[in-house]
Amino acid sequence: MTIVEHVAPIPAKRAENRAWRKMKRNRSALAGLCIVLFFAFLAVAAPLLPIPDPIATSWSAIRKAPSAAHWLGTDDLGRDILSRMIWGAQASLMAGVFSVAIAIVIGVPFGLLAGYFGGWVDMVISRVTEALLAMPFLIMAIALAAFLGPSLTNAMIAIGLSAMPLFVRLTRGQVLAVKTEDYVEGARSVGLNHLEIMVRYILPNVLAPIIVQATLTVATAIIAEASLSFLGLGQQPPAPSWGSMLNVAKNFLSQAPWMAMWPGIAIFLVVIGFNLLGDGLRDALDPREV
Amino acid sequence: MTMAQNQILSVRNLTTSFLVDGEWKSVVRNVSFDVGPGETVAIVGESGSGKSVTSLSVMRLLAPDFSRIEGSVMLAGRDLLSISEKEMRGVRGNDVSMIFQEPMTSLNPIFTIGRQISEVLTRHKGMSNRQARAETVKLLEKVRIPNATARFDDYPHQFSGGMRQRVMIAMALASKPKLLIADEPTTALDVTIQGQILDLIKVLQEEEGMSVLFITHDMGVVAEIADRTIVMYRGEQVESGPTEEIFHRGKHPYTRALLSAVPKLGSMQDRHWPTRFPVVDITNGEAAEPVEVANTVDTRKTPVLSVKNLVTRFGVHSGLLARKTGAVHAVENVSFELFQGETLSLVGESGCGKSTTGRSIMRLIEPTSGEVALDGYDVLRLDQFGLRNMRKTIQMIFQDPFSSLNPRMTVGAAVSEPFIKHRLGTAKQAREKTADLLRKVGLSPDMAGRYPHEFSGGQRQRIAIARALSLDPKVIVADESVSALDVSIKAQVCNLLLDLQQSLNLAFLFISHDMAVVERVSHRVAVMYLGEIVEIGPRAAVFDNPQHPYTKKLMAAVPVPDPARRGIRRGISNDELKSPVRPLGYQPPQRQYREVSAGHLVQVE
Repeated sequence: MTIVEHVAPIPAKRAENRAWRKMKRNRSALAGLCIVLFFAFLAVAAPLLPIPDPIATSWSAIRKAPSAAHWLGTDDLGRDILSRMIWGAQASLMAGVFSVAIAIVIGVPFGLLAGYFGGWVDMVISRVTEALLAMPFLIMAIALAAFLGPSLTNAMIAIGLSAMPLFVRLTRGQVLAVKTEDYVEGARSVGLNHLEIMVRYILPNVLAPIIVQATLTVATAIIAEASLSFLGLGQQPPAPSWGSMLNVAKNFLSQAPWMAMWPGIAIFLVVIGFNLLGDGLRDALDPREV
Repeated sequence: MTMAQNQILSVRNLTTSFLVDGEWKSVVRNVSFDVGPGETVAIVGESGSGKSVTSLSVMRLLAPDFSRIEGSVMLAGRDLLSISEKEMRGVRGNDVSMIFQEPMTSLNPIFTIGRQISEVLTRHKGMSNRQARAETVKLLEKVRIPNATARFDDYPHQFSGGMRQRVMIAMALASKPKLLIADEPTTALDVTIQGQILDLIKVLQEEEGMSVLFITHDMGVVAEIADRTIVMYRGEQVESGPTEEIFHRGKHPYTRALLSAVPKLGSMQDRHWPTRFPVVDITNGEAAEPVEVANTVDTRKTPVLSVKNLVTRFGVHSGLLARKTGAVHAVENVSFELFQGETLSLVGESGCGKSTTGRSIMRLIEPTSGEVALDGYDVLRLDQFGLRNMRKTIQMIFQDPFSSLNPRMTVGAAVSEPFIKHRLGTAKQAREKTADLLRKVGLSPDMAGRYPHEFSGGQRQRIAIARALSLDPKVIVADESVSALDVSIKAQVCNLLLDLQQSLNLAFLFISHDMAVVERVSHRVAVMYLGEIVEIGPRAAVFDNPQHPYTKKLMAAVPVPDPARRGIRRGISNDELKSPVRPLGYQPPQRQYREVSAGHLVQVE
């Protein structure tokens, strides 16, 4: 048995390549990606674009309808809406993405721990989660933001913490289902430790519903940031965010409907974009989907 | 065609297609058969053969938008394919009844069983509630449910699996159907319960004079119950005829391949060592002579695994404060030894503790007490670090190949992972090892980049075996590892295990409920009942000269694929599997064992 055999190289298809190839074939996911990238580009490139100052007021141009001078019209203080939309994309996208990221980064590990270990770990985590879930989402976000002090960063933290229990619960439930699969016990019998089992065996198999929930929560977070801004707890005026623009606009719905229309459309598009992207990601990351 | 008119069911050129990605794909092609009055016809085949689709087509139970049924299905002269859906509803559960595989899910859990049966009577037969109740009790008595009157108001969860299947049969009989379609009705049941249900169907058929269309994958069950048999393979009817004809003079190569792959209890009488299943050429049905393997057991050395007085109990908690009110005595005082190169089988029915024994030895479940010595490790006293090292020596193969591999991990990653995690070599060595292991289990190394869902059940089980082998273990616990596989695949995987034992000198703890497979692959056998070993000894001694009443009962219940035994009745008993749940403070009795012959021990009552 000393013959050296020629070992055929194993074609190591990297998981990322596979996922990306699948993503490329999925039209709606690509559309979602384009929408998200478009707004992200606007947000990043805002200082470089030839647009008016978003906070410069003009008494001569109050609540003007869209025109050649102001493509998307002006608001109640005569500020250019297009410019505010573009600058506001920064605050809104950040509020959406970062607060959900905070919720996932804290919520998913707690959910994993609770579901995987059970017993008193689960008792503690689940009871705390339930207590947090008993408070309405927005009320908790407002309370936390008030406690942390008014700023966009604090608003994102507040929204993220408020959305966190949702992810704890979702993850825990999924883990309970996956934990009973033979491959988890198989991993133990091979001698893997708890961390390896959780990261390599359980997390990848509970990811799909978490991704979908995350894309939906981005929308909730953008709206929540709007509510906080309205109360003066989020983006501080006069700096723009879509949410605060909507809030102001609702007082002028009959006189200046464009004030509400543009931020509304933008939020709608971003949410759809994230949703399509999320669905596509979920399918692309699942090796069982062809 | 006068013959066809006398038939209860007459199926001609049945072709069923499903709409897959906008294309019609036929899954059953040109199937024709008759079921005469009072006759039992079996459709036998492996998974994907179209046997269940055939029965669902007869009942028109397939989603109409995605399926197309062609041909003709005549039930007592009435064309079932041309009548309206409303008329068909009058046929289902009235002229034709069905019983299914899974007795645990086919009853509605929120209604009493009495109500579920009497509903059939009030709906189809127009009986009053009082009449229906009386008739239901009669039916429950007919299917031999003890204390039928008292159990009328019980809910499904208060019945065991076998009893639920009796309730299902009672429900199917309620409307006095002309034809009973039984789709794998005994597959999910334990072997002694399966024997009871088969006997019951036979007796009821005589009493009621109904016809039975029996769908199964088990040649033993076919031989025992069917007057005529239809063999299906990949959607085609490859052979049909009287059951004796099929078994003794089957013409189609597939029929012969299927039959030779079926393990037969008692086929090992004059053999000394485990024997490979014959390999059959599917094109001509020629079977190579089964090869007896060489002896691999060396009993002179110290055993690689030695278990002494192993006890595993789980607390049963109940009440508001979840106080401990009893314990499941899953494993009770179990002792045995396993030598290098030996296969010791643990056999028994569900709940007997065989799987818990395997898991306790590996400490996937923490045992309550006892001693386990494994290749120098004192297993029950190992810390986390020692336990991890110990896992290099003992590995496990699970039952269900569809849930034992991580769907998000490529085959290559799954097979090489143990090797890498235990730091047994470089990444390059891991790749070489993986390629080598895949070749050893009969797969090709270039499959490493694929995911588990791209493989069939048998292939996945091979991958699981390769993964278990990647640490070069000395002992493998095979927990029902071939039970979920089709007969022909089962034979191949058993052969693979035997070959690996030959080349790697592995010791197997083979946990199974399938007596015929156990007889084929084992050196020694231990029979477990209610958490205890009731009989243990060399395979030949236990199978040729069973001493314990439970062993005898278990062997008598195994269906034998020999149609000559069709008339045999076991005598319907109502024995249920007993439960190993004991009240708090229960002291298990001290057991004595009697030595029948060298190494053959039997528990004394």
